[in-house]
Amino acid sequence: MAKLLNVSSSPHVRSKVSTKNIMYDVAIAMVPALIWGVMQFGIRSLIVVAATVASCMLSEYAFEKYMKKPITITDGSALVTGMILGLNMPPSIPVWIPCLGGVFAIIIVKQLYGGLGQNWMNPALAARCFLLISFASSMTQFTDPATDAIASATPLAVMKSGGEVAWMDLFIGKIPGTIGEVSAVALLIGAAYLLYKKVISIRIPGTYILTFAIFAFIFGRQDVNYVLAQVFGGGLIFGAFFMATDYVTSPITPKGQIVFGICLGILTGLFRIFGGSAEGVSYAIIFCNILVPLIEKVTLPTAFGKGGKKNGSK
Amino acid sequence: MNKCVERIYNGIIKENPTFVLMLGMCPTLATTTSAINGLGMGLSTTAVLMFSNLLISALRNIIPDRVRIPAFIVVVASLVTVVQLLIQGYLPSLYDSLGIYIPLIVVNCIILGRAEAYAAKNGPVESFFDGVGMGLGFTCSLTIIGMFRELLGAGAVFGHQIIPEQFHISIMILAPGALFTLAILSAIQNKLKLPSATNGDAPKSALACGGDCLSCQGCTGMMNHAVLAEKKAEEVAAAAAAKKAAAEKALAAKKAAEAAKAAEAEKTN
Repeated sequence: MAKLLNVSSSPHVRSKVSTKNIMYDVAIAMVPALIWGVMQFGIRSLIVVAATVASCMLSEYAFEKYMKKPITITDGSALVTGMILGLNMPPSIPVWIPCLGGVFAIIIVKQLYGGLGQNWMNPALAARCFLLISFASSMTQFTDPATDAIASATPLAVMKSGGEVAWMDLFIGKIPGTIGEVSAVALLIGAAYLLYKKVISIRIPGTYILTFAIFAFIFGRQDVNYVLAQVFGGGLIFGAFFMATDYVTSPITPKGQIVFGICLGILTGLFRIFGGSAEGVSYAIIFCNILVPLIEKVTLPTAFGKGGKKNGSK
Repeated sequence: MNKCVERIYNGIIKENPTFVLMLGMCPTLATTTSAINGLGMGLSTTAVLMFSNLLISALRNIIPDRVRIPAFIVVVASLVTVVQLLIQGYLPSLYDSLGIYIPLIVVNCIILGRAEAYAAKNGPVESFFDGVGMGLGFTCSLTIIGMFRELLGAGAVFGHQIIPEQFHISIMILAPGALFTLAILSAIQNKLKLPSATNGDAPKSALACGGDCLSCQGCTGMMNHAVLAEKKAEEVAAAAAAKKAAAEKALAAKKAAEAAKAAEAEKTN
């Protein structure tokens, strides 16, 4: 009887979803891409990714210890940031460069703004752009897995200079590029896992890739092979499923997510086809991160019972 | 003379134009790609600021209030032209690296700000030293920012290479690096709580508004200095009077008690 009267305060039904679950799901989803990268580029790429993850987690621990905040390294967000950043590195990079990037991502971009949930910019992408601007030559030296030669052009650069590439190679991943972005099929396996676990919705990546494909078809070349190669080349798949869907830096309203995806697609197309460099996914995502508050404001859904026709008005 | 030293201290530490007042951000961010550029920009600004403050302060009673801003600009622009020609003549390499930012000293907000906020209301000598202080504060900040950016971005200290090229973080000598460095140095300045106008626990300023620039609603100016001093004097006088009255009362009470005691003693006798 006493037990029956023991009423707890609401909420009575809890979801088992937590930051930790989501983050570890994202980390698991990146494993196929990591395995493919290690198979393609050798054990060195595993060292690069591991060092980046370690650097992210250590800087998170050190900063929170120093600022006397609760230590949150076990929630997996630093792990995910480190994995994304590590997978964005070319395999031949000196290990200290991604480590510096990890420190920048966690301390400058995330913790200085107040930690997880407060950063307006995706930490891993910000760090990638920081490194790309700072160490342009090391960051763009890609290994060709077929010939094992350093400093070969990526398929996107080949297409930019007017060449042709077979989209099937890009789909499977037998191309030079960063550790994680080369194989579209490995990334899609991870993305399917995330969609199945309902960690991400298809809205952002779907509209992003579709908009970009249409943009590339209209303003690039009217050729199916070209459009498919543009979609599967570079960081588009990786960016669309793993970076643009970051909870903190993407809109939460369903309409807003569609607007966000369309903005991303158009910007990526602009940067890739009309811009100076062959790749534009990172800059497009960072730019749209800034637009997120605006998009959310415009696409705020009406609360149940609010709005609509009022009594007396037609 | 003490006032002049105070102005210089005020300019360098307490109201440092870059880290505390956050004025003149455009040259701060644009010209600090190396320590020597920062130093050059800072010193040219100092030269202009000293003499513009001096001249504007000397002319403050002649310039009609309505056209003061154009008049200030004319004074500043003439001085900038002099400085520009001097730099072009004697330091051509600095002239090339600073480029457009030398003529842009005309619209530097520190110069107009000090003219409007200080030189237009104070005597020439004090204004001159205010210019020296503010200029040196600006020079110090720009040189420090320049040193950090040059060291990290180009691996050099005043042009002496000390870090090999593959370790250069070249974003630091580009535009984002300026913002990173400025933000981090300002944060350090706040953390150390150097006495400044924006620190809550800095010693109370002699300014009429209390020197609390952080929550300032607008300039109360030097005018109510006198009003505030009068009020303070009144308060002090009132407190003294109250004290005196209390003392008198206590004395009277004591006297009465003594008288009563004496009367009692007489009675018992």
